[in-house]
Amino acid sequence: MHRYKLAALLPAVVLICFAALILTRNVNVSAAAEGKISGTVKLDGTAPHMKGIDMSKDPYCSKAHASDPAHLETVVVGSGGGLENVVLYISEGLPASASSEVPTSVPVFDQKNCVYTPHVLAMDINQKFKVVTSDQTTHNIHPLPNPMTGNIPWNQSQPPGAAPVEKSWKSAEVIPVQCNIHPWMHGWFVVVKGPYATTDGSGNYTINDVPPGSYTVTAWQEDLGTQTQKVTVAAGGAGTANFTYKAK
Amino acid sequence: MRTTVRRWSLALSAAAVLMFPLASWAQLTTYDIDKRLDMESHIGNMTGHAKDGKADYRRYCVVCHGPLGDGNGESFPWVDPKPRDFQLGVFKCRSTPTGTLPTDEDLFDTIARGLDRSNMPQWSTFTKQQRADLVAWVKHFSPRWANEKPGTPIQIPAEPEVTADRIRAGRDVFARVQCWKCHGVLGQANGPSAATLTDDLGRPIAPYNFTEGARPKCGETDRDIYRIFMTGLDGTPMPSYADNIKPDEAWDLVFYLRTLMSQHSKEKEMAKQLNLKPVDPNAPAGQQ
Repeated sequence: MHRYKLAALLPAVVLICFAALILTRNVNVSAAAEGKISGTVKLDGTAPHMKGIDMSKDPYCSKAHASDPAHLETVVVGSGGGLENVVLYISEGLPASASSEVPTSVPVFDQKNCVYTPHVLAMDINQKFKVVTSDQTTHNIHPLPNPMTGNIPWNQSQPPGAAPVEKSWKSAEVIPVQCNIHPWMHGWFVVVKGPYATTDGSGNYTINDVPPGSYTVTAWQEDLGTQTQKVTVAAGGAGTANFTYKAK
Repeated sequence: MRTTVRRWSLALSAAAVLMFPLASWAQLTTYDIDKRLDMESHIGNMTGHAKDGKADYRRYCVVCHGPLGDGNGESFPWVDPKPRDFQLGVFKCRSTPTGTLPTDEDLFDTIARGLDRSNMPQWSTFTKQQRADLVAWVKHFSPRWANEKPGTPIQIPAEPEVTADRIRAGRDVFARVQCWKCHGVLGQANGPSAATLTDDLGRPIAPYNFTEGARPKCGETDRDIYRIFMTGLDGTPMPSYADNIKPDEAWDLVFYLRTLMSQHSKEKEMAKQLNLKPVDPNAPAGQQ
């Protein structure tokens, strides 16, 4: 007798579990009056000296920098000690529905005057990005992810006038990118899960589309490393997270 | 009796809830060792089995490529270029686009061809079945084959007749995409960027020198040369030109490259008659 009861109960229980799962998901999505997290990233101390780059190997490149010498961009400090090219993203607390959404915008990585612009390009997992060239010299665009992460390295040439290369990455990873023809050209693809932002020349940033909740925000700087902070965002509100890196 | 039902339903719902994260976790796992020991290769009608390749691998390959296939065998310190790390699944000689896995035939051919100017010999003593089994064993080291399919081989149109115009056009391609930046205007591997080249693991690497009589790494036929610059050699600085050289132009470039090589060829003879000059690295883009 209770064997039958059990047989009837099993699908019922599974159904209820499914329903509960779907319901909680929907609640998360519909309740999301999205807010934002903003702040400033600063360097405490003297900005390190950035070495000049000798581009004499390629006259096209050195000519382009005749009046404006190129420097390494490992640590770029702007007005008031603001740090440029710091990537900020939510490393903990994001509901699955928000972290799996892929932005439709297509960030652009330009090869201009034999320098990567921007030096650091942040993007979401599976978000399309474009590599373009503005130069009259051949570059090869060669990202070097660790193949064990699921991101696969590739290497494509971009001679003058080449069409953009459009790609995306499968997993979160900090990926160095280089041009073998111009060995000083070195940049980063920072692939993160969920909303992100990159600091501007004054060290300011805003991460948009953040559903209300409590989060851990991580700041990544190529030379100075990562820092984290806890932030709470109210529905439609704004959280603040300012970061300070000590100069090395 | 009631309590047993309640207990059962509790246990069941707990199990059902637990199943969700477990199911998604199982999907994310790339390391499926059992599946990978069953790895197969397919070369025409022949099927290679990883398990059958194991003994040959341990006898002939392990000293360089290592028991784990990570290229860290006993002779690693003395071998240059370094043995391939099979775990990464990144290969130079492919018929498939850059960033994709090679086909089974690509690996099958590489074993027989060997890699010129490296310690990888031509394994011509193996039977085809042995090679097919070794391909399966090599594949089993990388989780990539469990998750990805090989790329679609690039299309190579039939080779056209060599003409003086084609050789001249090939020289224009050589100038436009700037092969000389690494390979040098005469193909002597002395371009302005040659000295600083490194492979994906940061180790110094030299561009191919066309003038020394050495065989190109991934084959010496016209089709092989076509394939080399259109797919690129993954893991090295040599990029893919598939997006920037049209198939017809690619044949022109193959003919021009033949004129740089030391081996006697029809193309070399024609270039001499044409009195073809090397490209001018200082000419503005598009003007040679």
